[in-house]
Amino acid sequence: MTTSDHTYADKAAEAAVRATPEPVARRLRSLSDKAIAWLFIAPTIVLLLAINIFPLFWAVYLSFTNYRANRPNAVVQNVGLGNYSRVLNDPDIWASMQTTAHFVFWTILLQTVIGFGLAYLIDRKFRGHAFWTTLILIPMMLSPAVVGNFWRFLYEPQIGLFAYAVSFLTGIPTSEIQMLGNVHLAPWAIIIVDTWMWTPYVMLICLAGLRSIPDYIYEAAEVDRASNWRQFWSITVPMALPFIMLAVLFRGIENFKMFDMVNLLTGGGPGSTTEVASIALKRDAFEAWATGRSSAFAIVLFVAVFGLANIYVKALNRVKQR
Amino acid sequence: MTDIRHVAAPPATPAAGKPRRPIFLRRGPMEALAVAVIGLGFLMLFQPFALVLYTYSLITLLTGTFMFMIVSKFPE
Repeated sequence: MTTSDHTYADKAAEAAVRATPEPVARRLRSLSDKAIAWLFIAPTIVLLLAINIFPLFWAVYLSFTNYRANRPNAVVQNVGLGNYSRVLNDPDIWASMQTTAHFVFWTILLQTVIGFGLAYLIDRKFRGHAFWTTLILIPMMLSPAVVGNFWRFLYEPQIGLFAYAVSFLTGIPTSEIQMLGNVHLAPWAIIIVDTWMWTPYVMLICLAGLRSIPDYIYEAAEVDRASNWRQFWSITVPMALPFIMLAVLFRGIENFKMFDMVNLLTGGGPGSTTEVASIALKRDAFEAWATGRSSAFAIVLFVAVFGLANIYVKALNRVKQR
Repeated sequence: MTDIRHVAAPPATPAAGKPRRPIFLRRGPMEALAVAVIGLGFLMLFQPFALVLYTYSLITLLTGTFMFMIVSKFPE
């Protein structure tokens, strides 16, 4: 450090000392380390409470009232468990739950199988594997809004590449390939897009799991003349299992809340064939303006996801203990 | 020759002296039960067969979740 640096630092320190009012400086000096630590994390905690915890409790409160967001001046009355009773006896909401279950089951199954397969291939470290890894990861980095919009173009029956490719392979005229307009194909159109977008994420987590397996275990297995098949089922899968379960947990929780992609691709249609729970919730909250009832619906979904997370955390701990 | 009457007996294991806790106070089985209740509630919520099962799914899920939160604090 040069003399001029010293001079500047000393001058800056002197200026800081002069700028701090004496009572504040004295008070800060008297604080314990713990108090200073609390002082630093307090803004984050306040922000967390304001953004995450308060809305949750507010939604719980609203779920017991007849509050409507489009009538803020109307008298809010307590309706007890009335909103929950309506949500849990409504056949339309029940149907939206089944649509969600169908969507979550197939997306997770496909993403896990394909993601693990890709991770297994990438882990072989073949020539150009870094390039392929980057290429595979691109869909995950895109915004769901962008993905939803360009897949809508891809699915277009007249000009879409997807329809053209299917037509080329099967001979079915492109005008008949209505991925988003057909009641049987629309749920699968969303499953395909979600799988395309989020498989790289599962792959990345599985790859971390595969890379964490020490080589000497495989070397020992080879000494014991274990076949590749045996090594896969007895070493690779059990040791990568906690990572696979973690990926399933993350994707499961995310897919139960899936909204943006479905809203952009089909908006819940045709009819209500792709009306997943979050779309039904949005319609209830911002089209029917039944804020209280939709809060009850949101709490039902929250409890389901929370319960699922408990099961997975327990399973994850058990696998880790093995 | 050693007089075997004076050889100290091996110390008893800590678990041997302790009375075994009743099953509803043991963490392992109760956690498994809570997870089973959550799983049941989850299946009831998303099944396509009977509306009545869907109606009672929330209370089942809540029961399982609260049970899990309580029993996971039990000692092993």
